Amino acid sequence: MAVLKTVIGRRSFLKSSALAGGGLMLSFSWMASCQPKPEEVLAMPDEWFDLNAFLKIGDNGIVTIMSPNPEGGQNVKTSMPMIVAEELDVDWKNVIVEQAPLNTDAFTRQFIGGSQAIHRGWQSLRMAGATARHMLKEAAAQTWQVPVNEVTTQAGRLFHQGSGKSAGYGEMAAAAVTVAVPQEVQLKEVKDFNIIGTSRKNVDGKKIVTGQPLFGLDYHREGMLIAMITHPPAFGMKLKSVDDSAAKAMPGIRDVFTIKALEEDYERQYFDTCTFPELVVVVGNTTWEVMNAKKTLKIAWEPFSEHSISKNAFGSVQTVRIPAGFENTADHRVQMEEMLARPAKVSRKDGDPEAAFNKAAKVIERTYTAPFLAHNCMEPMNFFAHVTAEKAELVGPLQKPEYTEQALSARLGLPLDKIDIQMTRLGGGYGRRSYAHWLIEAALISQRMKAPIKLIYTREDDMTAGIYRPTYSAKYRAALDADNNLIAFHVKAGGIPESPLYANRFPAGAVDNYLAEEWSIDSNITVGSFRAPRSNFMGGAEQAFLDEVAEAAGKDPIAFRLELLERAKHNPVGKDNDYDADRYAGVLKLVREKANWGKEESTVHRGVSAYFCHDSYVAHVLDLVMEAGKPVVKNVYSAVDCGIVVNPDGATNMTEGAIVDGIGCAMYGALTLKDGVPEQRNFDSYRLIRHSEAPKKIEVHFVQNEIDPTGMGEPPFPPIIGALANALYQASGKRFYHQPFVQDLQTAEWKL
Amino acid sequence: MALMATFELTINEKKQQVVVDPATPMLWVLRDHLRLVGTKYGCGIAQCGACTVHLNGTAVRACQLPVSSVGQQAITTIEGLSENGDHPVQKAWLEVDVPQCGCCQAGQIMSAAALLQENPNPTDEEIDSAMNGNICRCGTYARIKQAIKTATTL
Repeated sequence: MAVLKTVIGRRSFLKSSALAGGGLMLSFSWMASCQPKPEEVLAMPDEWFDLNAFLKIGDNGIVTIMSPNPEGGQNVKTSMPMIVAEELDVDWKNVIVEQAPLNTDAFTRQFIGGSQAIHRGWQSLRMAGATARHMLKEAAAQTWQVPVNEVTTQAGRLFHQGSGKSAGYGEMAAAAVTVAVPQEVQLKEVKDFNIIGTSRKNVDGKKIVTGQPLFGLDYHREGMLIAMITHPPAFGMKLKSVDDSAAKAMPGIRDVFTIKALEEDYERQYFDTCTFPELVVVVGNTTWEVMNAKKTLKIAWEPFSEHSISKNAFGSVQTVRIPAGFENTADHRVQMEEMLARPAKVSRKDGDPEAAFNKAAKVIERTYTAPFLAHNCMEPMNFFAHVTAEKAELVGPLQKPEYTEQALSARLGLPLDKIDIQMTRLGGGYGRRSYAHWLIEAALISQRMKAPIKLIYTREDDMTAGIYRPTYSAKYRAALDADNNLIAFHVKAGGIPESPLYANRFPAGAVDNYLAEEWSIDSNITVGSFRAPRSNFMGGAEQAFLDEVAEAAGKDPIAFRLELLERAKHNPVGKDNDYDADRYAGVLKLVREKANWGKEESTVHRGVSAYFCHDSYVAHVLDLVMEAGKPVVKNVYSAVDCGIVVNPDGATNMTEGAIVDGIGCAMYGALTLKDGVPEQRNFDSYRLIRHSEAPKKIEVHFVQNEIDPTGMGEPPFPPIIGALANALYQASGKRFYHQPFVQDLQTAEWKL
Repeated sequence: MALMATFELTINEKKQQVVVDPATPMLWVLRDHLRLVGTKYGCGIAQCGACTVHLNGTAVRACQLPVSSVGQQAITTIEGLSENGDHPVQKAWLEVDVPQCGCCQAGQIMSAAALLQENPNPTDEEIDSAMNGNICRCGTYARIKQAIKTATTL
């Protein structure tokens, strides 16, 4: 049995009721039963006992588990408490889940991003449950005067076999609070799990389907005003002057003014990206009144000059040049082509790639591109703020509250302990809500109005405010010898304004002669993390390229990849390869079996793809059929290795969603620019995947192992793009190199 | 700039009075004035379906429905679809565990409930066609379809 040192500090044993900031959080759900019958509704206890920051136990045995990280649809609000409940050894139906507020003393890494919530929270969540269980056992041992190692637990009850005594957790909770926190605790064996690995329903399900307030936009406070912003219409512009006379005279309008979210001399932290620091603000009584007044603003904008900002990326301070001018997508394409023609920064080199290319029997060279993408969270950016001279209270959806809190503290000159951030459910995040400049904007507006306010971005404000997935380009070259062995591989990738390259990813390590180069081009278009950053381009491009190389080599695409992975396993090239060749091969073998690879019907056009990112391995097989001149995704088979699967149905849902999202982005997604102005402003011009375009069936299979769990939100996303491109080739005989694919798919024969 | 006017509305079988600009879309009357926030703002131009409500039982986009056009017609929102969240579509949504972020789901449910009212056993194509105006950014489309089929059996 694993024994874990308890690194939970004393401070995490603060009373959680005190942390909850006056019971502000709305997220309060019955877990077990989505449709509780009256007799099933849990009776609330008379008294709660805080065992640690993660959990409290009621005198009747009901357990409240605090979910530390924000929930944006990745299921962490269900899955993270499941891990606590497992080690606490309680009956899931007696568990209530609440969203914890931001509390960096009690919780570590209280944010979502990089698919790391479960991976990095695994030990502390288990420890929280196991520590509390140990304290309950101690309390029972003392009460019953028996040795603690003879006390056992099951489903929220304590037992002593020798004396026949037993008690519910609720009966021992008061005594357990007084027990010393153990120095180390015993964790359950994986084989003894009875909650982890079983499918549990979304704890907020009932509230979602009945329309209860859960999201930031739904938040209300008595006396709250509504605020909206207007930002420059183009990248490269800033505010010159405002004529607000008409707006101020509109009904329901309280004030019109400008704010500056970040001062020029502020040293930005990694997540402080903000496209337009200076904004025009309209504040009024209701959303509709503010929207109407916003339309009457007469604002003069002017081009900004080239400038630089200081950015502190986790301790390393960089100066980022922001060029002046109005950028165009057409120019970006030309600039990227020019960069691909030149030598770039070498990030990894094995062997002698050029010599190998020179003596190759066959060289395949292909270039792939992808556009900027907007995140388009269903719930537009918003935040509630109530700032007074003494404190700042913020409520809303965001991904990285502990970083935003620091920026707010600097901007308001308020110490961190005077700032209270509460997290609502996120109406989608996908990386966008990591850059919470709107929280600071909301705080400044509230401070100025001396009132509680809710800041709301319109869809157009949201889509045109930048922080996009960068636009990327990559050129791949492969050299085959006369026996069709891959003897050299070269990738040169870059982007505006960031490179997408992962130099140590597959097929690095599997090829003797390997070269990875990268470049970037400065831009005033702002970018940020977008579901599986960088991988979301490289995964698709690389996997489409490997498909073409396999074909040129006359090899089955799965067998070709497995051959390379065998090499990487037994005789790896280089030392820094960032993947486990066995687990990589494992998902390919599993998907090959589940999809019945090679035995598909003749009308089915198949593409395969596999990728490793965010610590997990995913392979997809995508089946296309042609129906009435349209390619239709009939089936997707997925094999996933993310270690222990905490909540299988939740993980399946995530995989399904990533597949649909990936197909949608690759097929239709694009944010293009004309003279610095985004050409897409709303869902009439930005095409998102819809019901009829989604795969007809998705089958998800997990590799069974006992490895600590890793990420699920991102890993299934990048490879589906490769599988789609490869299936489209099988269906059309045409390779697709440039996203969105729809632009090359609209032909005389194919209508989309 | 229109003057404020008083409107008597029937929402979820209850009479409600609001004093608003007659051009105000029902979306904002519901959210800001009546604090029925289950109806979501997603795009404001009838492209995403997050604000879907029933007008006399038919699915409509509340962002394009001025309060002045409603009159005596009955409006049903997600909060009034059933008394205890036990409409077959809601039950099916929970059974299939459809939501990820959940933000579009009220609109999806309202579209699905209107579809099944008219067509109790829709084909896959009929589901696609009725639901195509409702975007799910998280990509839960396969589960939505499954839940609609499950609802036909409840």
